[in-house]
Amino acid sequence: MENFLPSTIQLSYIVATGLFFLGLKKLGSPATARQGNTWASVGMLIAVVATLLDAGVVNYPMILGAIALGSIIGFIAAKKVEMTQMPQMVGLLNGLGGAASALVAIAEFYRLLLAGDGVPIPATVTAILGSLIGGITFTGSFVAFAKLQGLIGGKPMSLPGQKLINIFLLGLFLAGSVGLLIAPSSNIFLVITGISLILGLFLVLPIGGGDMPVVISLLNSLSGLAASAAGFVVMNNILIVAGALVGASGIILTVIMCKGMNRTLTNVLFSAFGGGATGSGGVAADGTEKSYRQVDAETGAMMLGYARSVVVVPGYGMAVAQAQHSVRELADQLATRGVEVKYAIHPVAGRMPGHMNVLLAEANVPYSQLYDMDDINGEFDRTDVALVIGANDVVNPDAKEDANSPIYGMPILEVDKAKNTIVIKRSMKPGYAGIDNQLFYRDKTAMYFGNAKEAVADLVSEVKQL
Amino acid sequence: MSESLIGALFVFVLASFAGFEVITKVPPTLHTPLMSGANAISGIAVIGAMVVAGPSLTSDNNFIVIMGLIAITLAMINVVGGFMVTDRMLQMFKK
Repeated sequence: MENFLPSTIQLSYIVATGLFFLGLKKLGSPATARQGNTWASVGMLIAVVATLLDAGVVNYPMILGAIALGSIIGFIAAKKVEMTQMPQMVGLLNGLGGAASALVAIAEFYRLLLAGDGVPIPATVTAILGSLIGGITFTGSFVAFAKLQGLIGGKPMSLPGQKLINIFLLGLFLAGSVGLLIAPSSNIFLVITGISLILGLFLVLPIGGGDMPVVISLLNSLSGLAASAAGFVVMNNILIVAGALVGASGIILTVIMCKGMNRTLTNVLFSAFGGGATGSGGVAADGTEKSYRQVDAETGAMMLGYARSVVVVPGYGMAVAQAQHSVRELADQLATRGVEVKYAIHPVAGRMPGHMNVLLAEANVPYSQLYDMDDINGEFDRTDVALVIGANDVVNPDAKEDANSPIYGMPILEVDKAKNTIVIKRSMKPGYAGIDNQLFYRDKTAMYFGNAKEAVADLVSEVKQL
Repeated sequence: MSESLIGALFVFVLASFAGFEVITKVPPTLHTPLMSGANAISGIAVIGAMVVAGPSLTSDNNFIVIMGLIAITLAMINVVGGFMVTDRMLQMFKK
C-alpha cells in the first residue's frame, strides 16, 4: 500500500492531462468552447489537489496561503478587467506564468546545490533553459503589457548598437552556462538569470505596437515552454505535457499572425518595423499635395442609410475609443432600414489574435455577422459602402499594388473595391507602420475625421433622422 | 544522458505533436479565448512550485521555500485569472 498515494497522484495527473487536451480541443469550436475552458480548469483543480497529497508537500499553511492569495488576486483581476484591456491582461498573465516557471527552475537548482551531492548535468542544463525561457517570458511580457497599457510609447525602442549588445549578452549567457556545467555555482546562476531578464526586455522593446498580435502569441507559446522546462527540472510529466500543449497552441497562433502580415517571425522580431519609415505624408510623386474628400456625419449617414449593403471594417482605433457599442447601435439602425450589415475582420486587426471579435462580442454582435478576410474579400465589389473604423494598414491597397511599399504582399481587406468607402479616422496621420495609405486619396473614398466613438454616435443620430 | 531525461524528452515531443494536431483550424473568433485558456494551463507550473515549496521551513532552505511560495502565488494568479477571464469572454459569444 505504500505505493498507493504516489500512484493516485500520478493517475490524477493523467486525468488532468486528458482534461487539458480535451479542453483545448473544445476551445476550437464556438459551440463547445465554454465547456472546454471549464474542463481544463477542472483538470487544473485535480492536479493541484493531487499534489497536496504528495509526501514531500508538508508545508500546508504556507502553501494553501499562497494558493489562496494568488486565486484572490486572479479572481479580482479577471472580474475587473475591461474587454478593451484584454491584450494587456493576457500579456500580464503570460508574464506571471513565465516568472513562476523560472522560479521553480531556479529554486530546484539551488536545492540540488544545497543538498551537496553535486548537481547532475541534465538538471543543470534544464535549469538553465528554465530560467532563460521563463526569464525572457517574464520581462518580455511586462514590456508588452507596458506598451499595451500605454505606460511606455508603442513605438519601437532600441539602444544604439542593439544587435551587438544582444550578441554580447548571448555570448555571456553561453559562457556562464558552460561555467555552470563545469562547476555549479549559485553566483553564476544568478548572473545568467539576470541576463535572461535583460534579454526579454531587449527582445520586445524594439517591436512596434502593431506587431503585438505576433508578440503576444509568441510569449504565450514561451510561457508554455517555460512550464515544460520547469517540468524537466523537477522531472514532472504533467508540467512537461501541459507546457508542450500550450507551446504548440501559441506557435500555431504565432504562425497565423505572421501569415496575416505576410512576414516571417524573424522579420517581426529583428527588423524594428515601423518608426523608421516616414512615408510620403500626403505628397504625391510629383511633389503636389494629394487631395482627399471629407464628409460630415449627415452626408455619411445618407450614404449608409440608403445603401443596400454595408461592410464594417474595425481596427485598433475602434478599440482605443471603445466604440464597439456605438458601432453595434449603428448596425442596428441600419438593419431596421433594411441595410445588410456585415463585419470584416482582418487576422491582425488590433493588438492580439481575435481582438476585434472579443470587442464586438462584448457589444452583442452575433458572430455569424463577422467574416474572415478570405470570406469577405470576394464581396466588396458588391458592397455599397465599406465603413472603415480606426483601421489603416490592413486596408492599404499599396500592399497589393506598390512593390516598394514596406507592407507589400501583406494580405488586406479589399475595401477599395467597394462602391464607396467611408474612413473614420482622427486625422490624416499614417498608421503605426508610418506608411501613407493610398486608399484615403481615392475618388470613391470619403474621410470622416473624429474620435471613433463620437463619430459613430453622430452617425447613429443622423441615421435616425433620415 | 540519463534514462529519465530521455523518457521526459519522449513525453515532451509526443505532447507537442499531439498539441499541434488537436489545435489546428481554430476559427479567428476564438483566437483570444484559445490564447487565454492555454495561458491559464501554462500556470501548471504551480504543481512544480508546490513541490519546491513543499518541505517545512528550516534555516537552510528558507529562501528556496519562499521562492516556491512566490511561484505558487504568481502561477495561481495566472490560473484563476486566465480561466475566469476566458469564461467571461466565451459567455459573450452568441450565435
